[in-house]
Amino acid sequence: MQNAIQVKGLQKSYKQLHVLKGVDLEVERGSIFALLGSNGSGKTTIVEILTTLLKQDGGKATVNGFDVALKPDNVRQSISLTGQFAAIDEILTGRENLVMIARLRHLSNSSQVANDLLQRFGLTDAADRKASTYSGGMRRRLDIAMSLVGGSPLIFLDEPTTGLDPEARIEVWKMVKELAANGTTVFLTTQYLDEAEQLADRIAILHEGRIIVSGALAELKKLFPSAKIEYIEKQPTLEEIFLAIIGKKEKN
Amino acid sequence: METINNYFFNDMVVMLRRSMRHIFRSLDTIITVTIMPIAMMLLFVYVLGGAIQTGTKNYVDYLLPGILLIAIANSAGYVSYRLFLDKQRGIFERFNSMPIARSAALWGHVLTSLVSNAISLMVIVLVALLMGFRSPAGILSWLAVAGILALFTLTLTWIAAVPGLSAKTVDGAGVIAYPIHFLPLISSAFVPTKSMPGPVRAFAEHQPVTSIVETIRALLSNQPVGHEIWIALAWCIGIILVAYLFAMRVYKKWA
Ligand SMILES: Nc1ncnc2c1ncn2[C@@H]1O[C@H](COP(=O)(O)OP(=O)(O)OP(=O)(O)O)[C@@H](O)[C@H]1O
Ligand SMILES: [Mg+2]
Repeated sequence: MQNAIQVKGLQKSYKQLHVLKGVDLEVERGSIFALLGSNGSGKTTIVEILTTLLKQDGGKATVNGFDVALKPDNVRQSISLTGQFAAIDEILTGRENLVMIARLRHLSNSSQVANDLLQRFGLTDAADRKASTYSGGMRRRLDIAMSLVGGSPLIFLDEPTTGLDPEARIEVWKMVKELAANGTTVFLTTQYLDEAEQLADRIAILHEGRIIVSGALAELKKLFPSAKIEYIEKQPTLEEIFLAIIGKKEKN
Repeated sequence: METINNYFFNDMVVMLRRSMRHIFRSLDTIITVTIMPIAMMLLFVYVLGGAIQTGTKNYVDYLLPGILLIAIANSAGYVSYRLFLDKQRGIFERFNSMPIARSAALWGHVLTSLVSNAISLMVIVLVALLMGFRSPAGILSWLAVAGILALFTLTLTWIAAVPGLSAKTVDGAGVIAYPIHFLPLISSAFVPTKSMPGPVRAFAEHQPVTSIVETIRALLSNQPVGHEIWIALAWCIGIILVAYLFAMRVYKKWA
């Protein structure tokens, strides 16, 4: 079956800064894919290219079978984006935000859709309050709920849990798992290794403009030099794998 | 894409409803665009009006066109402000990743500016009527006045869109409001230009607001409009074209 996302040799520079130097990645339909990278590694840049907000300088990216550069309208019909910074309308209430997005997605039952999502995200009590009065976790929930309006088969979450407290973080994780259980493909970026470990079917690590490693967690763990013989056998965490690989690259 | 274009009007109306809510929920906006012009009208008519010689029977008849333009001018800064916030808060980014015509968000703001000004101008005219404003103008003249006011609104809206879309800070976005505020003050809006000293008079007589004010005044008092209307139209259309091209360039580069 065709992959939900197929990226080959993706390049992007901002003036002098060469951010993406040939990124290759594939995301299987129905899976959760985590793109891992430190601050400024280019995660958001990749998300913006895949969601048609930004044009690449080189390489080819296909989303749901449509080339992002040639068929951006088709891509937009089949995706949904929750950007790194909450894109909610603070002057509107939570309900009005959802109804607005439902109208823009041309759904006929926009108030029903809004009600269902408010319920699902535990925002019913706050539904008729201005979003500017929401806490960070509530904003993020509303932001993600807005992205679920219309039920896109592929959803992008750019650092969905950055800045959330542990409880809110676990809530977002639960939601992501539910989404995937219902067949939605999820592309998420994160700086947290444990988040990728928790959620993702496949993980790719972006470093200095390239994907330096990708695979299932089990495969990544194999890349690590076999566990040292100590009194207690210690499994390598993804963090150690990450640091080991970066360390190796930098030595070369 | 065909489906996207089919929904252009629908999408723009959704955007319109959204920013109309922003206006109705912002006391600051309502005060600046409606209450302030009314207060000025009261001040000029009841405090200063007795000392101003305009050659009209009723000072409010002379004053109203200028007050209407001031109301429109006061709203321009808010266009920049709303555009800037949308851009900064990432909501445009969400819209742009959705199957919506790219320009629907921008046109939504333009439409909002037209609709909200129409509402505030109607309120101001009602108050003027209560204050004794009377006009012998017929329906056609009123339509012409409405058309000119809409054109003036569009002119300032597109000017305001440029800093709104390109500014880096909220102060930068709002800076255009100040020169725009001043234009009606240095025109024939309040007193005839004849009473002004040379250089000021020269400026006042050659800036767009004076020709627009004179045209509206002539239409409302059933006087011949003369060539002022063509100067007014030329100013508006010329500025709209230039500002539109600039705004679209910024919008496309960034969207
Ligand atoms: N519009 C822009 N103009 C110039 N440089 C940019 C622009 N956007 C991003 N950059 C630079 O490109 C690099 C990658 O940015 P990007 O936002 O994609 O990183 P990121 O992995 O998402 O980082 P973070 O984890 O902080 O969100 C950074 O060095 C950033 O400063
Ligand atoms: Mg980022």
